[in-house]
Amino acid sequence: MAPDDKRLLQIRDLRIEAMVGDTILEIVKGVDLDLDRGEVIGLIGESGAGKSTIGLAAMGFARYGTRISGGRITFDGQDLRTATEAQLRALRGARIAYVAQSAAASFNPAHKIIDQHVEAPVLHGYQSRSAAQDDGMKLYAKLRLPEPDVIGFRYPHQLSGGQLQRAMTAMAMACRPDLIIFDEPTTALDVTTQVEVLSAIRDIVEQFQTAAIYITHDLAVVAQMADRIKVLLKGEEVEEAPTAHILAHPKESYTRKLLAVRSYERPEKSRSSKTAQPELSIRGLDVAYRSGPKVLHDVSFDLHRGMTVAVVGESGSGKSTTARTIMGLLPATSGEIRLRGEILPWSFRERSKDQLRRIQMIYQSADTALNPRMRVSEIIGRPAKFYAGLEDRALHRRVEELLSLIELDPAKFYDRLPSELSGGQKQRVGIARALAADPEIVICDEVTSALDQIVAEGILRLLDRLQNEIGLTYMFITHDLATVRAVADEVVVMQRGRVTDSGARSKVFAPPHHPYTAQLLASEPKMDPKWLDTYKGRGSERPM
Amino acid sequence: MSPLGVSVLSIGFIALICVAFAATLYRGEKGGSVIAALLAALTAITWFVAGRDGVDTLAIVAVVFVLAMVASYALRWLLIRLVPSTLATVFRSAPLTAMFGFIVIGVCLAMVIFAPFIAPFSESEIVSKAYAPPAATYWLGTDQLGRDIFSRIVFGARNSILLSLTATIAAFLLGTLAGLFAAIRGGVIDQTLGRLADVLMSIPALILALLLLSILGTNLVVLVGVVAAIYAPRIFRLTRSVAANVVVTDFVEASRIRGEGDWYLIRREILPNIAAPLIAEFGLQFCYVFLLIAGLSFLGLGIQPPTADWGSMVRENAVLISFGKITPLIPAMAIALLTVGVNFIVDWMLKLTAGLKERM
Repeated sequence: MAPDDKRLLQIRDLRIEAMVGDTILEIVKGVDLDLDRGEVIGLIGESGAGKSTIGLAAMGFARYGTRISGGRITFDGQDLRTATEAQLRALRGARIAYVAQSAAASFNPAHKIIDQHVEAPVLHGYQSRSAAQDDGMKLYAKLRLPEPDVIGFRYPHQLSGGQLQRAMTAMAMACRPDLIIFDEPTTALDVTTQVEVLSAIRDIVEQFQTAAIYITHDLAVVAQMADRIKVLLKGEEVEEAPTAHILAHPKESYTRKLLAVRSYERPEKSRSSKTAQPELSIRGLDVAYRSGPKVLHDVSFDLHRGMTVAVVGESGSGKSTTARTIMGLLPATSGEIRLRGEILPWSFRERSKDQLRRIQMIYQSADTALNPRMRVSEIIGRPAKFYAGLEDRALHRRVEELLSLIELDPAKFYDRLPSELSGGQKQRVGIARALAADPEIVICDEVTSALDQIVAEGILRLLDRLQNEIGLTYMFITHDLATVRAVADEVVVMQRGRVTDSGARSKVFAPPHHPYTAQLLASEPKMDPKWLDTYKGRGSERPM
Repeated sequence: MSPLGVSVLSIGFIALICVAFAATLYRGEKGGSVIAALLAALTAITWFVAGRDGVDTLAIVAVVFVLAMVASYALRWLLIRLVPSTLATVFRSAPLTAMFGFIVIGVCLAMVIFAPFIAPFSESEIVSKAYAPPAATYWLGTDQLGRDIFSRIVFGARNSILLSLTATIAAFLLGTLAGLFAAIRGGVIDQTLGRLADVLMSIPALILALLLLSILGTNLVVLVGVVAAIYAPRIFRLTRSVAANVVVTDFVEASRIRGEGDWYLIRREILPNIAAPLIAEFGLQFCYVFLLIAGLSFLGLGIQPPTADWGSMVRENAVLISFGKITPLIPAMAIALLTVGVNFIVDWMLKLTAGLKERM
């Protein structure tokens, strides 16, 4: 088929191979993609679907260790596969720009924001330095960054995650490209920040009539941005349709699964009796980092046996600090923590082995929470050996039992290293390690936020099943309201180190809302293409 | 070696280069032809500068090089077939340089263990007149007192290698443990150990060694202790900095709040994750320690005569260098060869562990 000149980007039968060890794997298996000027297409799928790889291929780029092995990529009439490095260099940054997932990692920490901003327009000869700088400030204002005239003269570490992501978008806009590739730009942000970044990105893309490829694993987010959505699975296209259409009438079962992922909801359990002694009781916790300002103010809540308390809030609200204080990693200046009525010492060093055993923690990032040099058998076996004193055969049996409990085949996984596990499997091993101690309370610190939604749902269902079987008490830290809805019996909402709202889930989430709870609820993307418009409509009436 | 025999050698060498050049050209291997052409150019220049003798030396070097390569290749071939299949895959990808390292270390080990059987004479026995040239009975000639140099090299291996190995291991035990404790405990312990290391490192190694040895006397235990004390701070520094990155990870935190003791943290959580840089450092420091002990012996403060040692052998025969003899260079070359061999193996080990990292 001859390239259609009116199309901005046309990809036909794209194939990309990757070297894994000594074998060659095809990771993109014949994907087509069309994009007109000013159009936004959303690429969605779980990790390993090839979304980012296709996004990069649209710039004629293949990551180290991969290569574009077949198909045709035509950008504005120019074949990118036969283009020379020099021709590609002239396009990249000027006519095609890229916004990466982690802006914090993509900015050079040693240079000011504006110095990095002007680089592309000056190098490509679009503008002089001073003109590019003025233009940058205008873009910052358009993206609603605070103090647009001076913010560029700060270093990346002086900006928040959401601000950096907008500065990155401004940088991509610097040459007024025809096409921008957004690679999960809001995945690392919490809901309230995500809304701001999303609406800023959408406005600027509309205003400059820029075409965009928007990559994400969150269907609700892409519904706000894209005209069309393409669903990918394992390097192949599942289906493609206009946004409203795909949300209303998904054809394939995989798409339906993606749509249903946020709707998992467990019935709420209520306390058996209000008078029962709580498993863990936190009263009037004040915490300050060494001689710094207070980060927790008078935090109080209870964990009741067999129930799940979700602690919700944006980053910096003190959720994780609370968890660290409970674990004995941070001393509080006042208040008390009682475990079944007995006061817990502040430092984990002063707690008894039995006290330590009864509270276990599951970490957010299973990548750093598992020792890369330890086999699964030892990671899981160590707590069982340490607390229960199991040895040899008994220990082996216990590890196998735990592996079956987290739905991993003991025969296959017993001797694996963490590097031989997928993200979801790693998180399951992290759960098994906590269970191995035979705890009463498990603190889950954002355990699903680093995972794909389908994998995350599996983890949530597992945790729920374990709670019913073993009678565990959970403290669930998250910024994701869908997660709260899925698992929580009681909710504690935190903002700037204070508890602003708490109570049973149905009560907290039902009107009348506390103002901050209402803002959190409103910030959560809905599977409705009109949601961002309605949100913005309300947002302009109410100061954020 | 008669002049005629050697000239056959150089003519053969030149002929071989020509054949190699033609063959690589014929088979279209560009890289090979370039190397052959460069070798030819080198030979021509050597001929022009140093005459036929120079070319002969070049030919001998080339022959030794080829022999080393063949030996390394043969060793790899043997290892792949002798060891169990899981290890065989590791050796199959091993570079020839690593095999060469194994050969060097193997030879050294043989000398260390079987010295009395290999050496024709004892290390202190005077067997001939001083400075005898190489002959059938004294393969490498004799030294300033008429002792057999070959025998002294063999016995010297024992003293030099064992001594520096002990000193390096001592330095590593000291430095690694201190570094790990500093990283885990932090605070006052970290500061105290760190400043102590700074003080030790601020004094030049050789001067500190001279000072300590002249105060404490020069017996072997003191020598090992002093060398370990000099090198431990460097290892402390490295260990502390790499361990500091591991100490802050979630998995170490998880271990700590489980209530694990320092020893478990060190042994199971941290040490396996910093093994790669430590192994590399071990290879490097072993060479430095070896050279320091050789240097101390050269200055007369290390191993005392008549005990043979590679460093002091260089010193004892140093005068010969002004007569254009290579005798003092033989122990020096032994030192160099061992150093290079150890580092070849260390490089390979680093590549292996780095490869493991890529898979993570």
